[in-house]
Amino acid sequence: MLGKLNWSAIPIDQPIPMITSAVVALAILGILAWVVVKGHMPYLWEEWITSVDHKRIGVMYILLAAVMLLRGFADAIMMRGQQAVAFHSQGYLPPEHFNQIFSAHGTIMIFFVAMPFVIGLMNLVVPLQLGVRDVAFPTLNSVGFWLTATGALLVNISLVIGEFARTGWLPYPPLSELTYSPGVGVDYYLWSLEISGVGTLVAGINLVTTVLKLRTRGMTLLRMPMFCWTTLASNLLIVAAFPILTATLAMLILDRYFGFHFFTNEAGGNMMMFMNLIWAWGHPEVYILILPAFGVFSEVVSTFSGKPLFGYRSMVLATMAICVISFMVWLHHFFTMGAGPDVNAIFGIASMIIAVPTGVKIYNWLFTMYGGRVRFATPMLWSIGFMVTFIIGGLTGVLVAVPPADFLLHNSLFLVAHFHNVIIGGVLFGAFAGYTYWFPKAFGFRLHEGFGKAAFWFWLIGFYVAFMPLYAVGMLGMTRRMQHYDVPEWRPWLMLAAFGAVLILIGIVFQILQLVVSIRHRDELCDRTGDPWHGRSLEWATASPPPVFNFAIPPDVRGEGAYWAMKTHAQRQDLEKHEPEYEDIEMPRNSPTGFVCAFFATVMGFALIWHIWWMVAAGLVGAFATFVAFAWRDHDEYVIPAAEVARIDRANLAERRALLGAAGSS
Amino acid sequence: MTKGHQQVDHNIDIAPGDEHLEGGGISQRVLGYLIGLGLAILLTATSFFIAGTDLFWQPSIPVALVVLAIAQMGVHLVFFLHITAGADNTNNILALAFGVLIVMLVIGGSLWIMANLNHNMMPMDQLMQIQR
Repeated sequence: MLGKLNWSAIPIDQPIPMITSAVVALAILGILAWVVVKGHMPYLWEEWITSVDHKRIGVMYILLAAVMLLRGFADAIMMRGQQAVAFHSQGYLPPEHFNQIFSAHGTIMIFFVAMPFVIGLMNLVVPLQLGVRDVAFPTLNSVGFWLTATGALLVNISLVIGEFARTGWLPYPPLSELTYSPGVGVDYYLWSLEISGVGTLVAGINLVTTVLKLRTRGMTLLRMPMFCWTTLASNLLIVAAFPILTATLAMLILDRYFGFHFFTNEAGGNMMMFMNLIWAWGHPEVYILILPAFGVFSEVVSTFSGKPLFGYRSMVLATMAICVISFMVWLHHFFTMGAGPDVNAIFGIASMIIAVPTGVKIYNWLFTMYGGRVRFATPMLWSIGFMVTFIIGGLTGVLVAVPPADFLLHNSLFLVAHFHNVIIGGVLFGAFAGYTYWFPKAFGFRLHEGFGKAAFWFWLIGFYVAFMPLYAVGMLGMTRRMQHYDVPEWRPWLMLAAFGAVLILIGIVFQILQLVVSIRHRDELCDRTGDPWHGRSLEWATASPPPVFNFAIPPDVRGEGAYWAMKTHAQRQDLEKHEPEYEDIEMPRNSPTGFVCAFFATVMGFALIWHIWWMVAAGLVGAFATFVAFAWRDHDEYVIPAAEVARIDRANLAERRALLGAAGSS
Repeated sequence: MTKGHQQVDHNIDIAPGDEHLEGGGISQRVLGYLIGLGLAILLTATSFFIAGTDLFWQPSIPVALVVLAIAQMGVHLVFFLHITAGADNTNNILALAFGVLIVMLVIGGSLWIMANLNHNMMPMDQLMQIQR
């Protein structure tokens, strides 16, 4: 009846997961009770859960990423704590638990922190920057988000029911095959990523279509803000690479569930093929993450330097070059697998070549700042912190791209330090810069600067204290994923690294405080004009938060820096006096399709993990029925009358004129 | 098709393969699909015939199958997916080119990597002796 599921699946003898999950369960119940008692449930359902508005979905993506960041960081600080104390001892984490923690940490941080964070930012901002009313497929967008949430939920369920994979964040066979991992851990990994992978793929298709097909009048490709270009490149990579991940994991699923031999030791299987395929997805994946961050930095650096982006066209070219070359370097993740010198040399050279367009970008940002009036607001601090940190991470990357050097450094903590250096210093700093930069656009008030700067400094210094020692200890020969060790030279470095993790923790606490304080003081931090940073692109041309239709009149773009041109134009002409002619606007209706579909997907995923076959069928039928019901809908749009549009837009225009008037007279 | 597109002279402005979208009605469109289906069936049947026959020089058979497979793809692209050289097909063509490039890189790269790996691997009997 319940497949492999029984009471022994709950790890009652392990205090850490039990206490954690009890606290989390209480927190969730508390929030739910508060929502229900206060009567917020209808609002939450109608305005958020069923919303197909790209702004709301973007905010929910980022919220998911923020919550998962806390989970992933909890794993990180536990590992740092373990390695700080586990010298000549077992530490406080038993080996099988430690293995689950490092696997969960990597999986969560990549798939459920970095990915939702950048996809959330793209969702929130790209339609606004393109001057359009929504993404190409609004309901599909909602489905994509909720399927991602399903994956995150399944990974977290594994904390209480059963176990998570002990194989590392990429489940290399033969360890991940049924022979060596008979438990449900690898199945949790596989099904949560298969389901959230579908979500990511539809998000990618949606954003590619949006950028290519839905641009406002005059917004030619070469007038798009840089963030739209990096969005295009990143989502092209999603569309091209995620099917590889899905197929590779599907083959491992066939091995585990139906006794196939794709990656087994015997019967003609070849486990090396798994490494090859998973990295054919895995290397584009890191560019899927970093390219949107590059876009954020381009926007932030140009806005806070008060200058157009230096070398816009070279930046476009560099972005698209990275998009293609990122598919030619994947072997550098397994130089030591046994390929010959010719193969290793070619992939090593390709890996070094891909650093060139990235270098072009760094110089472009520097020249954008050069001669500008740089304002050191929090987003700009994250950007400068990124440039310094990312150069170090990039250079160690070029170092490990040399095959002989990689033979020494493979799987050492030097490598761990390298990829944290580029992912934290690049992707996460970019996500935080974008979060601070676009927060006023999403909610209508700014984040508190003081707490933001404090958070930045603790994150930056904490990052260096936590990860520079890992370079050193990697050079001393320490391999990754060690539960305990007995080399005295490593110990001081690992204790220093643990101290760095504490500094990052303080940074995270400051970020939470920043959010709380900003919400409490939202009236003082209010952004009434919709343009708090003196921005250059179209998202600042509408109110903060934008009305559901984004733009009352689709903007007419006449060049690069669309909104900057409009502002200077209006100033010269003593403000636009004429009232635009408003028209009725049709918007897509909200739909519970995404939520219901994800609910059934969760049921199906859970049932597949535990081999509860009747429940699999129920979930599958439910998800398909949801899709059919949506396909048979009668009316999917509603009309906002012109008078209502005019009322909303006039209020915003009045504020905007006041701002321009003030700027013009000063 | 945009409004402006329909007003211009059809004989000049239509790319090869776009004809069935303009005018002609449903019968002409169905005809297009039927031609495609016929060609696809012909190519499939030929492939099966060649794979099983001994009428040809045997080593040429894999090459013939590859050629037929590529022709099959072409038929699908033109008759079913309506890829044409028309101006508003740029995105489709670029997407196709990008897709083909990535597929070539990943499949070609994988074959090369795995072949190289197998080549470098010690023969199995020697490996077994080391383990003993």
